[in-house]
Amino acid sequence: MSLVTSIFLIPLLAAIVLAFVPRNYRVVMRGVAVFATFLSALLAVILFLEFGHAVAGPTGFKFEFQRQWVQALGISFHVGVDGINVGLVLMGAIVAFAAACCSWEIQEREKEFYILLLVMVGGILAAFASLDLFMFYFFHELALVPTFIMIGVWGRGERKNYATFQITLYLSLGALIALAGLIALYLESGANTFDIPALIAYARNHPFSSDAQHFIFPLLLFGFGILVSLWPFHTWAPPGYGSAPSPTAMLHAGVLKKFGLYGLIRFVLPLLPDAARSWMTVLAWLCLGNLLYCGWVAMRQKDFNWMVGYSSVAHMGFAFLGIASLNLIGVTGAVLVMIAHGFLAALTFGLSGYIYHETGTLEMEQLGGLLRKLPFIGAALTMAAFAGCGLPGFANFAGEITVLFGAWHAFAHHQAVVIIAVWAALIVGAVYMLRGVRRVLHGPVTEKWADVADASNPWRKVPFVVLLACLLIFGFFPRLLTDKISASLTAQLGPNFQTWALRSDKPEGHPESQIANRKSQINRSSWITPEPRSASHSTLQ
Amino acid sequence: MNIALLSHEWLVLLLGLGLLLADLWLPPAARRKLGYVAALGVAAILLYSILFVRLPAGGVEYAFGRMYILDSLALFFKRFFLLAALAVLLMSVEFAAEIQSGLTEYYALTLFALAGMLFACSANDFTLLFVSLELITISFYILTSFQRARTLSLEAGVKYLIIGALSTSFTVFGIALVYGTSGKLNFQDLAAVAPQLIGNKLFLFGLLWVMVGLGFKIAAFPFQIWAPDVYQGAPSPTTAFLAIGSKAAGFALVLRVLFTAVPAITAQWSHLLIVISAVTILYGNLCALPQRNVKRLLGYSSIAHAGYMLLGVAALSAAGQSAILYYLSGYLFTVLAAFTVICLVMRHAEGEDISRLAGLNQRSPLLAAAMALAMVSLAGVPPMAGFFGKFLLFKAALAQGATQHGYYWLVGIAILGVVISLYYYFGVIRAIYWPGNAPDPSPIPVSRPILLSIYACVAGMFFLGLYPNPVVTLTSKAASALQAETAAIHATATLPKAPRAAWTRSLLGPASAAPSRP
Repeated sequence: MSLVTSIFLIPLLAAIVLAFVPRNYRVVMRGVAVFATFLSALLAVILFLEFGHAVAGPTGFKFEFQRQWVQALGISFHVGVDGINVGLVLMGAIVAFAAACCSWEIQEREKEFYILLLVMVGGILAAFASLDLFMFYFFHELALVPTFIMIGVWGRGERKNYATFQITLYLSLGALIALAGLIALYLESGANTFDIPALIAYARNHPFSSDAQHFIFPLLLFGFGILVSLWPFHTWAPPGYGSAPSPTAMLHAGVLKKFGLYGLIRFVLPLLPDAARSWMTVLAWLCLGNLLYCGWVAMRQKDFNWMVGYSSVAHMGFAFLGIASLNLIGVTGAVLVMIAHGFLAALTFGLSGYIYHETGTLEMEQLGGLLRKLPFIGAALTMAAFAGCGLPGFANFAGEITVLFGAWHAFAHHQAVVIIAVWAALIVGAVYMLRGVRRVLHGPVTEKWADVADASNPWRKVPFVVLLACLLIFGFFPRLLTDKISASLTAQLGPNFQTWALRSDKPEGHPESQIANRKSQINRSSWITPEPRSASHSTLQ
Repeated sequence: MNIALLSHEWLVLLLGLGLLLADLWLPPAARRKLGYVAALGVAAILLYSILFVRLPAGGVEYAFGRMYILDSLALFFKRFFLLAALAVLLMSVEFAAEIQSGLTEYYALTLFALAGMLFACSANDFTLLFVSLELITISFYILTSFQRARTLSLEAGVKYLIIGALSTSFTVFGIALVYGTSGKLNFQDLAAVAPQLIGNKLFLFGLLWVMVGLGFKIAAFPFQIWAPDVYQGAPSPTTAFLAIGSKAAGFALVLRVLFTAVPAITAQWSHLLIVISAVTILYGNLCALPQRNVKRLLGYSSIAHAGYMLLGVAALSAAGQSAILYYLSGYLFTVLAAFTVICLVMRHAEGEDISRLAGLNQRSPLLAAAMALAMVSLAGVPPMAGFFGKFLLFKAALAQGATQHGYYWLVGIAILGVVISLYYYFGVIRAIYWPGNAPDPSPIPVSRPILLSIYACVAGMFFLGLYPNPVVTLTSKAASALQAETAAIHATATLPKAPRAAWTRSLLGPASAAPSRP
């Protein structure tokens, strides 16, 4: 059993173990869940640290493991990591550990909750490690169903039932559209395999026909788009996160939602490059809807969780913008945003869950002055808000600025897109984040909250400290991620990146494109190592 | 003729007759246990079938002048029906208290219906098709109305009888027209002459009428009208047997008729099949939305599932047929699990309202989990069997999309149907798990055999969802039997060796006997 396999098998096995633990052994159940997620987080850290030393297989993946599953259909159980998903697996495992730690707020039917939580964790991590289209979808769905049930049973608020059904039906629709796209991808490729590296290798020599590309791409874009809350398909997200118990919101908003983005980068761009190019302008305008519209709506929210929900939708706009820029810098930035936002969303929802547990409400009208009662939680929430507005030093800044560089370069004719995005991120994001912090944490303290207690137990602090530490580590040293991401992206998308040639409509040596080239190289040198320069240099010609 | 070929059918019939005889000498108190005898007998036949029944080298054997066929498809369905009957009989023992009189007859009739299904999946001739269909349907007329004191049960029986008799008359009329125009009853003989009859309207009408009768069995639109009422009114074990056994028998016959008897004509019916499949999916799912009675809800959902399986028929490919078989296998475990739970929970209740499931989680965690898993599987969500079945069906339909764009629309409608169905399946799960007051908080006793049956069903759902490889191999082999026979017949049709072929030629003229395909 390889390292990657054990990372997601441990939670799944722990879920089976929990099924046999008697109902009244609450401490044991909690212990099993926290220990299992801790173990897989530890293994993910080891995986991340060992990544540089490990030997890559013939397809460029490390820690690979492959076993035939359904031979007749070419489905195999194939997992492995490269630079693109190693960071995502790490992020997922750490968020899972934090979510398990935050599950103390669940007081009833703990057995079912922890089983579902562990199944969800296992499904998420396996989906990000999968290198087979079928398994990729299979594990995502495996993680999605517990989400629905957890929101329905342990959710909060009056609109719980409505939100549960909305998120269930909406996300299932998205997943099924994506499934149709995946099957079409398999059928049209003619390679008779669901194996992603094999498909990509096959498509290099037998590219998809233009018709097939333009037929499949929208299915995958909008199917995944619904799952990632691409504007205007985002309406499930705020009520869903508003009603979800905080561990579920942490895992879904933090990790599971990135599935669609990861799918786009992992196989849609390499397999359907022509369609991607023609759809990218559309995508760029749609993601402005995320950034600007959802940011605007977030400003008007009265419920803190709804505001955070809208802000998480808005942040997805950056990831989409990075993908839409279709160049090395932009896509690298998109992956960075995905990882940074995973930590951030988990942190924010964990903290808001703590506040909800203490106060019983998240209406910002009723809250206020909590910083005095909750110095630790309040300070963590303030830092999360800073990270959310993209303050340098947090990983989000690194991701967002990289995306903006990539987009500036890509949308040389539509630079309005980038300007609006910057404006939305810096101004709108700062307005709602800081306003939220002011309303919840500052101001006079009402006597209603006199007996609100801070996280005095160090165990309660652990998840938040870990998540903040990750945000800061990757904020100060983004090269830990970008080195790995850009090297793998070049390997995966290399030939296509060359043919896309960014602004191919501009003649070689055109002054504007030269400026753009130079600019992007400067930008790159600050974020990406010079090591793959020779390869990536040629992509910019 | 080889009597041993029909060993499944003989053994089941003997078992049924033996039960009726045993009833004469047994004291009434012991009769309930006869259900276990019947179940054991079926289990023994199943074991015998798996261990000792082997197909010959050619893969096909015939009996009764090629009326009866034993190939891998027939064998697949025979084991399928035996498995279904085994669980249904165990369920019946639990249900025995609700049946006022004639308990042994209830077991025996279940076995006779089973014998009908075993014959149906081996039908290679319109005569045997009709006889086996009647054996199934008439057994079910009685089984549905077995609770004589309940008006609902009687109503179900009467509805089933009237609509069933109507559809039977359509089938007979259709068979008469087919025979009148082609002079053939045997499927393979028909396959040889059918290509020349494509333009013959009477022949096509005949086939359509036959399909009406089969559409009634599988509850496809527009012949689905009986399903909800009958599902609701019939005793729970009978409903389960209707949902899985009768539907599967219908599909076995649909596959045989469409792909062995008249493949040339089926190839031209893709539009019709697409439309029927789409409407059936939408009708079943939309009508299930407002239902509060669990059995009625499953009745509508069974219509929707017939629609999904018709997707595989409409795909007109070996992949589609194999997908149907896979889907049916998953459906077998899922429906049996669901009905076993319903049978246990609602044994003494008058109405099977969804609210009676409330608090099931506290009363019996095992039954709650089994029901929830069954709903998840019906909804087609991983890692359960239903997901992989739907995956195969969608794949088969999308693969045909290049030839005709209607398939894309069909898959789109199927996806819509799946999303709609999530609403009501999760409604059932919600009733089980969401906080609420149980109307009757007493724990539910579960007997040892039924416990075993539930575990087996849950294991089956997981196995088919998690490790499909062995069953995919099995179903694609079974489905290939359909193609192989057609191909063999087309190859031999040119050889003037059989006297029947010569007779056909004289009847239809020289042109019609020419080979249709190379």
